[in-house]
Amino acid sequence: MEKLLNELSHQGQTGYSVPETDVPEKDLTELIPEKYQRKSELNLPELSEPVLRRHFTRLSQLNYAQSTNFYPLGSCTMKYNPPINEKISSLPGLKNLHPYQPQGTVQGLLEIMHTLEKNLCEICGMDSFTLQPAAGAHGEFTGLLIIRAYFNSRNEKRHKIIVPDSAHGTNPASAALAGFEILPVKSEQNGILSLQKIKELLTQDVAALMLTVPNTLGVFEKDILEIADAAHKNGTLLYYDGANLNALMGITRPGDLGFDLMHINLHKTFSTPHGGGGPGSGPIGVKKPLEPFLPVPGIEKNNKNEFRFNYEKPQTIGKVRSFYGNVPVILKAAAYVESLGREGLKKTSEQAVINANYLLSILKEKLPAPAGNRCFHEFVLSGKPLVENNVRTLDVAKRLLDYGFYAPTIYFPLIVEEALMIEPTETETKAALDDFVKILFKIIEEAQNDPGLLKNAPQNTPVSRLNEVEAARKPILHW
Amino acid sequence: MDYIPITEKEKQEMLERIGVKCADELFAAIPQSRKVKELNLPKGISEQSLIKRYEKSSNNNKSLNNNLNFLGAGIYEHFIPSLVEEITGRSEFSTAYTPYQPEASQGTLQSIFEYQSLVVELTGMEVTNASLYDGASAVAEAALLAIRSKGLKKILVSEALHPEYQQVLGTYLQGIDVNIVPVPIENGTTSISKAKELVSSDCAALILQSPNFLGTIEDIQEFKNIIEKSGVLLINVVNPISLGILKSPGEAGADIAVGEGQVLGNASGFGGFTFGFLACKKAFSWKMPGRIVGQTTDSKGRRGYVLTLQSREQHIRREKATSNICTNSALNALAGCVYLAGWGKNGIRELAKTNLQKSHYAFDKITKIPGFEPAFKNQSFFNEFAVKTKKDIKEIQKKLLSGNIIGPFELSRFYKEYSDCLLFCVTETKTKEDIDKLIEVLKGC
Repeated sequence: MEKLLNELSHQGQTGYSVPETDVPEKDLTELIPEKYQRKSELNLPELSEPVLRRHFTRLSQLNYAQSTNFYPLGSCTMKYNPPINEKISSLPGLKNLHPYQPQGTVQGLLEIMHTLEKNLCEICGMDSFTLQPAAGAHGEFTGLLIIRAYFNSRNEKRHKIIVPDSAHGTNPASAALAGFEILPVKSEQNGILSLQKIKELLTQDVAALMLTVPNTLGVFEKDILEIADAAHKNGTLLYYDGANLNALMGITRPGDLGFDLMHINLHKTFSTPHGGGGPGSGPIGVKKPLEPFLPVPGIEKNNKNEFRFNYEKPQTIGKVRSFYGNVPVILKAAAYVESLGREGLKKTSEQAVINANYLLSILKEKLPAPAGNRCFHEFVLSGKPLVENNVRTLDVAKRLLDYGFYAPTIYFPLIVEEALMIEPTETETKAALDDFVKILFKIIEEAQNDPGLLKNAPQNTPVSRLNEVEAARKPILHW
Repeated sequence: MDYIPITEKEKQEMLERIGVKCADELFAAIPQSRKVKELNLPKGISEQSLIKRYEKSSNNNKSLNNNLNFLGAGIYEHFIPSLVEEITGRSEFSTAYTPYQPEASQGTLQSIFEYQSLVVELTGMEVTNASLYDGASAVAEAALLAIRSKGLKKILVSEALHPEYQQVLGTYLQGIDVNIVPVPIENGTTSISKAKELVSSDCAALILQSPNFLGTIEDIQEFKNIIEKSGVLLINVVNPISLGILKSPGEAGADIAVGEGQVLGNASGFGGFTFGFLACKKAFSWKMPGRIVGQTTDSKGRRGYVLTLQSREQHIRREKATSNICTNSALNALAGCVYLAGWGKNGIRELAKTNLQKSHYAFDKITKIPGFEPAFKNQSFFNEFAVKTKKDIKEIQKKLLSGNIIGPFELSRFYKEYSDCLLFCVTETKTKEDIDKLIEVLKGC
């Protein structure tokens, strides 16, 4: 167990040195009135740099990461994060820039951002992109405000959003934050939607239908063209949740399937690292009729080939974030798209789908796959047969940790009992996939012969199973 | 190039195992008419060509490395100790996902717990979360928290709050019909007398930034006294480094403290290297947005950390969640953790003092130049101050830029009434020589 910073603290130590004061010093009270000064003790720990380095390095070694372990976390697209993209985002002329410095002094960066917007338009079949949203859910929220503004501009009162029960939790949460009422729709057994049910729900007050394609079970919405047609005939917009875009690059485009707007998770499909929870980036793409409502500023190229921010958008929803977006993440994604190019992007999606199908074709022999024998970039298995041995999916997940694999996403989507959602991505070797199969089969055997091994897992991790109930019942949220 | 470690032979074996002849068969569910023939994008390029292309773009910008920067206005240039990026650059931290499996994520979880502890101490509040996107969204989330807690749909917002935060707040609240009442500025500070007139028990909160956008330190406690009787919550937006010497939100009586974490060990990044922090009183724990890490024990009684109070969040509560946030800014908050831990108790105070000394030296020098004067009478400020000038501002900026100096911020961008005012920021990164260089150019304007 690694000590906490306050336990390592040693009176009189400091990690970093303050630069010499080379200006004439004045008395503190002369500069700041007494009443504004801090009176309470500032009890931060006192630590030297060597102690700090060892502490944080040790902490890092307690993590499973994409760079150290297979991370088949469904819907999270834990693909390889190329170091070259880190290097690019750290170039001094791209990293050490102030958001308010003159636009003429940041042309190099604006060109990169503009090019990424155009490239995303081409990949997705959209007419315009903004890079401002800071994450997927932030993008959804932005998209929903755009939908709201669009209908307001047409004096149409539409306050409902259709969200399938297989959708990510952020979909209904973002819609609620944007002031919409949620109209949940039950998906069929394999997670796809019934055209008939959608048609019944499409009343005059429905603003949009939010879909994840392929859906969270890894299945492509077979009636997508008919669904789009029905929605559009009703004046309803179609929103594409881009969490699963890694299945479709260079194969089909949301814009061509009938979607009116969408978000992308650059930290999933476009290889930027997840950072232990962020920062990500959630660009929003729209078709022409929705362009006027995009957040400000837009990036435009004038006839002198200069790039300029445009704040003059009278119908804009406003700003969703300070400044222009999570620029370091944007840079990494821009470099990723350019390095792969048209053939690399297609090959990537193709291989992601092959890898998932390969795993599914073997794993379905031992665990039910409720969505069938084929999938796109991810698939869902049910751990239900193991319940008779008193083993839950959670136990399987914990046992996987013992064998050095991060666990799949579990208990999601909600429509599959004891769900295990597996997304291998295209950047794993066949050997890694085969190892994963071998271990999962071994765990299933253990579940039948010695379930205690699973119930008591994990044992090989820095800590054994943690008590989450106790954490919530008696919250200790700081030292 | 691509990052696919599978040979053609292996690919064929896999397709065979799946039971298809070619990859196309796996995409049969996609309507043929909507398949892409070929994306209209350039071909891929090698790593070598890629770095050349981006180095060229990088060289096409004026970076703060080679230019003296006096811009602040929400993003501040501070020295970043080498250890910070050494730690955030470790792929065990940067390439991990949100710590859903706590037993395999103790590094991330403990560092967030430590981050939370440092933020609580610095702000003088009782609880905090694992980070939000940026300062602006943190303000919006704080407003939503107050609106939820009070069940009231009116908030008072100081016009001296960062104008981009005001814009983002307006965007966030447009879906739920909240009445945002601006509190005007008087001599560079939020008007106490106007606030007195506007406050009433139907307001959920007052949002106040200190130092405010104009650089002025606000009398937070005085505002607290005004609103307390009406039960209005005080949301205090702060610069965390200034808390080394300035009264903490907790001391001043704030209910919620928020701010931009970029200053804590993150580069300027064109405004993209941000994290928002939100700390509050314990009573609001279950109403907070975003992820929170808590301490617990494992099955053997050992201490460990997990994501907790999760039934507030979207993956469980869906449309009834306290916020839609999922991905946050964990890695930038980790930078904040390593930064604060290294400065520690005495270092952060010394750092804040150095900022204070340098900015006041610059202020004294600039306001002695003929044609330049303080924009506000007796402005109390931290590392940023406003100056009024009779000179042609465009000319000043041009001369500064040709001398490789960036800044100051022109207040006219957001405030018509301050069209002759400039906002200078001077942090510990500027030496006396740097400041004197600025003074020389200004003298020649």
